[in-house]
Amino acid sequence: MRWGVQDVSIMFGGRPALSDVTLGLNPGHIAVVVGGDGAGKTTLCRTIVGLEQITEGEVSRPDRTSFQPESSGVWSDLTTLENLEFVARGYDLDASHARDRIEELLDVTELGEARHRLGRQLSGGMRQKLGVAMAVLSEPELLVLDEPTTGLDPVSRLELWSFITRSAREGRAVLVSSTYIDEAVRGDTVLALEGGTVLASGEISDVLAGMPGRLFVSEHKQGASSWRRGQSWRAWSGDGSPIPGAREIAPDLSDVVTVAALAGEQS
Amino acid sequence: MLAMILKEFRQVRRDRRTLAMLIVMPVVLLLVFGYAASFDVEEIPTVVAGSQAEAVSERLPEVFTVESADSTASRADAENDLITGKAHVAFVVDGQEITALIDGSELFMAQAAVRVITAASDQVPGLSHEVLFNPKLDTSAVLIPGLAGLIIVFVGTLVTSMSVVREREAGTLEQLAVMPFKPKDVFIGKISPYFLIASIDIVLVLLIGTLLFDVPFNGSVLPLSFGAVMFLFVALGAGVLISSVSENQAQAIQLALMTALPQIMLSGIIFPLSSMAPGVRWIGYLLPLTYFNQVAKGAMVRGAGLGDLLIPLGLLTLLGLAIFGLAITRFSRQLRPARARTSA
Repeated sequence: MRWGVQDVSIMFGGRPALSDVTLGLNPGHIAVVVGGDGAGKTTLCRTIVGLEQITEGEVSRPDRTSFQPESSGVWSDLTTLENLEFVARGYDLDASHARDRIEELLDVTELGEARHRLGRQLSGGMRQKLGVAMAVLSEPELLVLDEPTTGLDPVSRLELWSFITRSAREGRAVLVSSTYIDEAVRGDTVLALEGGTVLASGEISDVLAGMPGRLFVSEHKQGASSWRRGQSWRAWSGDGSPIPGAREIAPDLSDVVTVAALAGEQS
Repeated sequence: MLAMILKEFRQVRRDRRTLAMLIVMPVVLLLVFGYAASFDVEEIPTVVAGSQAEAVSERLPEVFTVESADSTASRADAENDLITGKAHVAFVVDGQEITALIDGSELFMAQAAVRVITAASDQVPGLSHEVLFNPKLDTSAVLIPGLAGLIIVFVGTLVTSMSVVREREAGTLEQLAVMPFKPKDVFIGKISPYFLIASIDIVLVLLIGTLLFDVPFNGSVLPLSFGAVMFLFVALGAGVLISSVSENQAQAIQLALMTALPQIMLSGIIFPLSSMAPGVRWIGYLLPLTYFNQVAKGAMVRGAGLGDLLIPLGLLTLLGLAIFGLAITRFSRQLRPARARTSA
């Protein structure tokens, strides 16, 4: 891997916040960290950008690393344009290059009409897009985005992901954390966390193929290792034996993460 | 309703800092301010100058604590002792005439001295008194220089601490931490507007005090400006320090008020330091506003110059360096806790 964390552990007040986490970040690739509240996503993002002290392991990042915090990182009492101009000055960008880059980003994010609107007057989706635009403005080698899509409507999420994908296509390594498991498929690699420990990690196809046991779908609950999804029930057979009355299906990422959590509880 | 009451009690119980403030602080404040709140003047630092200085000094009422009795000293020397703050009353003996020069910048001491001397003048022929610097003993002339300091405390400490905490609450401090700013750049950038606003406030307060309330400006701008800048560093540094131990703006306000209150009560602006019980007086000597008040009153009312105010200016500078240095160190550590542990 080019950058990332290797066997990193962090303790907060005697409790592990991250345990033995490894994640590679490579140019042109998107890594998605998924997990619920308290899974350790924000801690991992903050660790990679140097905002947390690690207890064990190694962290590496390029000098040109940008970060969008969970809160969007937008200054609410500056306008869209002022936010971008401040970041450009902070990174000491050449004035004419900065102007062109800001116009380009305002165009891509469709924030041009809101250029003179204060940060606090932007909608959630616009604020997050501005946050990502601020993070990519300096053309970083590594872009770390902490839950940029949380709380956004589906259309805003799509627009934001399109912008993030474009950033990766420009050759930068991108790390995105999300509470939405379905967003992991938009990345090249996924890391699923729970309580600071890794449930699953790797390329999406490998993670799907690597699920232990077999997965079934049924009309009814099938023992302890089953969970409801939509109108039906998923049932996991850890030893691979068939489940009567249930039909085997190929797991998706949500299933694999749930199975990893179940397997962890049972071991 | 019972559910609501129970909920509130639970919330109050869990907000330990507020609870401590609500229960412990009133007791502490009452004890501290109870011993501090006194206008009674029991000691007035005094010098005696001129012929028979020693003989006169032995006959002075007990309230005058004689710092020196010099038969070779002149009236000019005695006035200088008042300007430098060495003494607040100077008896100048010239043959049968004894003139008590009273420092009008120390209101309560001056009032007490006038009372005692007026009462004694019936028994001591030739005794007269003269109030210098603030002849009418105007309260505003004595209070306004100190009030300028109080305004710096509020703007500098309260507003700065809230501003830094607001940045942290909004998550934008993390953004700054990752940008290629040095911690000192962020620190200086954060406090710069408040430095300017507080500076404008001081100028406004002192201008209004001079023009509207006839506060005299007998001295030079230099010691006052130097003292004000040093005091600003203290106040802004304290604001950043408070922000570093506050999780939210409400906590920052609480802490800022807790640092402002003792400065109001114990810095000598309202109650004379010499009237306070020794058990609380030492707190006053640890407070930066005490020294700013001495500098401002000295420069404005008594016409003291830079050389006359070296001690309070020196102490203010030391406090400024200590508090500002501590604030920069803590702020830097909080801004980039892990920089040293990672590699590119």
